[in-house]
Amino acid sequence: MGPLTFAVLAIPLVASALTVVVHPNPVKCAMALVSTLFLLAVVFVFLGAHMLAALQVIVYAGAIMVLFLFVIMLLNLSDDAADVRHQGRPLVRLGAWVGGGLLAGELAMLFLRVPFGAPAAVGNDYGGAEAVATSLFVDYLLPFELASILLLIAVVGAVVLAQRRAA
Amino acid sequence: MVPTSWYLALGAVLFAIGAIGVLVRRNIIVIFMAIELMLNAVNLTFVALARQLGSLDGQVIVFFVMTVAAAEAAVGLAIIIAAYRNRPTVNADELAILRW
Repeated sequence: MGPLTFAVLAIPLVASALTVVVHPNPVKCAMALVSTLFLLAVVFVFLGAHMLAALQVIVYAGAIMVLFLFVIMLLNLSDDAADVRHQGRPLVRLGAWVGGGLLAGELAMLFLRVPFGAPAAVGNDYGGAEAVATSLFVDYLLPFELASILLLIAVVGAVVLAQRRAA
Repeated sequence: MVPTSWYLALGAVLFAIGAIGVLVRRNIIVIFMAIELMLNAVNLTFVALARQLGSLDGQVIVFFVMTVAAAEAAVGLAIIIAAYRNRPTVNADELAILRW
C-alpha cells in the first residue's frame, strides 16, 4: 500500500473514530463505529490478513454492532440530550483530551522512530483461511478450546443477567 | 510500500481516541463502544507486526481478542440491561450504587 492509499484509509478511519467519541447520538456513534471497523478490515486486507478481514466484517461489524444497536433501541436512547449535559466536568474533559493527545503523539513519535526493515517475505497463502486454521488448531489448540469455554460462560452469564426475575 | 511504523502510529492514534472516549463520555453504551475501539487499535498493531515478522501468531491472537470482545459485549450489554431495569439511566455518573 502506497502513502496515498494509506492516507485515503487512515484519514476516514481517524475521522470516524473521532465521531464515535464526540457525537451526542448513540445510534450515530454506533454507525461511525461500524464504518471504523469496515475501514480497519480494509487495512487488514492490505496487511495480508484476509481471513481476519472477513472475520472483522462478519463478527465485529456484523454481530457485535447489531447487539449494540439492539440494546440502544431496546433502551430507547435515540434522543440523547442527557448525555450532552452529562459529559463530565469540563476540567476532566480538558484533561482527557490533552492527555489523550499527548498519548497519541508520544506513541506515534515513538513508533515512527523505530527503524523497521522491509517486511518479511511471505508466501501467497499468508493470512488465508488454511494458514490461520493450521496455526490455530495445531499451535494454539488449548487456547482455542479455552475460548470455547469462555464463550459458553458468556452465553450463560448473559442469559442469567438479562432475564427478568421471577416475581 | 508504507513502513510498518505508520500502521503502528495509526493504531496508537486510534487507541488514544478510544481512551479519550472512555474518559469524556458518560453514556455507558458509548463508553463500551470506545472500549471496542481500543481493542481494535490493538488488533491493528498485532496484524501490522505479524506482517512485519512474516508470522501468523499475531493474527491468531487477534482471533482470540475478537472472541473475548464478543463475550465481553454480550455480558456487558446484559449487565447494562439489568442495571437499566433497576434504575432507568445509562449515565455512568448516576449508576454509582456500588460506590461506598
